Amino acid sequence: MSEVAAPAHAVGHGHDALHHHAAQQHHFESLDQQHEASTLGMWFFLVQEVMFFGGLFTAYMVYRIWYPEAWAEGSRELDILLGGINTVVLIGSSLTMALAVRSAQVGSNKGAFRWTMLTMILGLTFLVIKFFEYEHKFELNHVPGANFVFEGPHANQVEIFLSLYFAMTGLHALHMIIGFGILAWVAWLAHNERFSREWSTPVEMTGLYWHFVDIVWIFLFPLLYLVDRAGQLG
Amino acid sequence: MVRKYLFSSDHKVVGLQYALASLLFLLVGFGLILIIRWQLAYPGIPLPLVGGWFGEANAPGGIVLPEFYNQLSGMHGTIMVFLAVVPLAVGAFGNYLVPLQIGAPDMAFPRLNRASFQLYLLGGIIMLVSFAAPGGAAGSGWTSYPPLAVLATEGQTLWLAGMFFVIVSAMLGSVNMITTIVQLRAPGLTWFRLPFFVWSQLVTAFLLLLAFPPLQAAAVLQGMDRLAGTGFFMPTGLVVGGEVLARSGGGSPLLWQHLFWFLAHPEVYVLILPPLGIVAEVLANNARKPLWGYRLMVYAILVLGFLSLIVWAHHMYLTGMSAVLSGFFQATTLIISIPSVIVLSSLVLSLHGGSIRFTTPMLFALAFLPMFGIGGLTGLPLGLASTDIPLHDTNYVVGHFHYVVAPGTMFALFAGIYHWYPRVTGRLLDDWLGRVHFAGSLVCMNVIFWPMLVQGLAGVNRRLYDGGLQYALAQDVLGLNVPMWLGAVGLGLFQLPFIVNVFGSPWFGRVAGRNPWDATTLEWSAAPATVEGAAFQGPQVFRPAYEYSVPGAPHDFLPQDAPGEAR
Repeated sequence: MSEVAAPAHAVGHGHDALHHHAAQQHHFESLDQQHEASTLGMWFFLVQEVMFFGGLFTAYMVYRIWYPEAWAEGSRELDILLGGINTVVLIGSSLTMALAVRSAQVGSNKGAFRWTMLTMILGLTFLVIKFFEYEHKFELNHVPGANFVFEGPHANQVEIFLSLYFAMTGLHALHMIIGFGILAWVAWLAHNERFSREWSTPVEMTGLYWHFVDIVWIFLFPLLYLVDRAGQLG
Repeated sequence: MVRKYLFSSDHKVVGLQYALASLLFLLVGFGLILIIRWQLAYPGIPLPLVGGWFGEANAPGGIVLPEFYNQLSGMHGTIMVFLAVVPLAVGAFGNYLVPLQIGAPDMAFPRLNRASFQLYLLGGIIMLVSFAAPGGAAGSGWTSYPPLAVLATEGQTLWLAGMFFVIVSAMLGSVNMITTIVQLRAPGLTWFRLPFFVWSQLVTAFLLLLAFPPLQAAAVLQGMDRLAGTGFFMPTGLVVGGEVLARSGGGSPLLWQHLFWFLAHPEVYVLILPPLGIVAEVLANNARKPLWGYRLMVYAILVLGFLSLIVWAHHMYLTGMSAVLSGFFQATTLIISIPSVIVLSSLVLSLHGGSIRFTTPMLFALAFLPMFGIGGLTGLPLGLASTDIPLHDTNYVVGHFHYVVAPGTMFALFAGIYHWYPRVTGRLLDDWLGRVHFAGSLVCMNVIFWPMLVQGLAGVNRRLYDGGLQYALAQDVLGLNVPMWLGAVGLGLFQLPFIVNVFGSPWFGRVAGRNPWDATTLEWSAAPATVEGAAFQGPQVFRPAYEYSVPGAPHDFLPQDAPGEAR
């Protein structure tokens, strides 16, 4: 990740170089080229992420087509309220992230710092709510494996649904935890007033990553929580 | 010193690290095959010389146990494909040469490059260490099919962990490669002035980027099946050892096969595209002619890259897929042979009318053409379901694949090593040793792989631990196992001149000038020594990559950065 943005040490020893910006690495012609390269690299990284989650969604698709009843049953076990709150929290965090990017781009380190911190708080909120959802599943023995217990006609297949639930939301949560760490680094950079109108690449790259992780959740929420809720809406 | 060579982020150093590590893995993977071929030629007879090395658990009294045999064959495939050939073709050649050929000072993300090597090395070490795990290394084959792989011993978990790091490494490497080629080309180096080798690396990087992540996802799911007791790939009512397995059911082993081959078929093109690029460079240089149909070749590998993502299920004709699905994959499989043939034909046509210099790299490149041709043509019967069904899982498949990757890919990589060695060390590899290496390897490889095709057509299954001793169909072709063993030993011996050559020539080799082959591409124009921290003066490019024997030119080659009228 850190490679996508300008390195901290380059900032350190670069102050005496009068010719180019402190954050510019020597093998780029200009800061603009460096920024373009970082952006392109980040987008290709996200392509890779799409393919990664694509593998998981393929598994989801196959089993949902095979076991529609189990999918409905399993989906009703998930807490739509907590899931819904988390969706709002995460979309909110995308807004604050976008504002952090905007602040950095106009050269406001203070604004970038504040919005980044707020994004981290919302991200943490999401993870805490997710933790309670997981904990509830453990209490009910709805966790796949040797101790799995489920009452219902399609218990075996519901276990596959819940396995996918844990695999997909777990990997999503892992992405959020990594994102949390990157945000902490960005906040530290903003705190040290590193960003300027000329250079705000790390915030922008982090933003791309954070929005991607949000989008994954936008897919996960309906596919896992809303499979059989049409009747409940009247 | 340590900082410079072990933890450098310079693309040349990283490239050399990749080269040394992957050549070492190549040797390990080859070592495994010597044990395998002995066991197939002389089943039940103790291994000579090394019999005592593997412990009572694997080879009591030097006799290979079936479980150990499975580990050897599975790990041979894994090591050769994921730890030896791809890192050599992409990590070593790609890292070292692409920035030089496009006139860039380094890769776009140098430290990402270093991380990519370190992750690859970590994955490789985990794979090697897994031989010491309880129950040994992964023994479910390089494809790791469930349910076998899910029920296997600890080695399989380490296999998954190793693959995880190798995949992350490949992903970082491919992001880096694509960004470098798009962003850091020298002024004047337009897309159709790029050396064909750079194109091949670009397409390869896209394949790695798109095909590897789904296997990553599948590896996570298989890891969960093994460690958390989920049932993604475990069918209902599986009977193991006479008892129904108490485990969540309804999972599908076929899902793994789809996710695996979605990677592993494009992976075959990852194995062959960079070698095609290398052969193109060496052929044009030594035939002193521009590549025939350069643009056509570029379009062909772009089409090939795209098609390679939609042919994967031709590995699965025996899984009972519907006729419609099988028809689709048969069609795409036969269509993909068209761009492959275009590239190979263009390479052959490039020789026409050239004044060929038979240098050692050229010999390897020339041998590549018919060998890769055999590999490709023997694949056609496997692409059609009706002919694949009797041939599936026989030694024919093994022979076909090895013709593609051993005298095909490996010969191209050898050609590359002989060709670019002077660029790396400033000295030439010894010609006489090179010719011994070439001739011996060519003969031995054919002695090993041709009988595989014969055995396979006779119906010998590829997974027989006794080489077919108790297999009725194998009796007529059983004797071939002995020459194949001798061929394997010979192949090993003929690598000795190569090893001596590579490690001795930095001191004893003939000193090469800056451009010993009179080549046109940029890597021969830049100064051979790296001066770290020096300001980079990029070249300016004026012409296409293969301006050899241009009528009216003062020399028979015009370097890309030689000023003058652009064509």
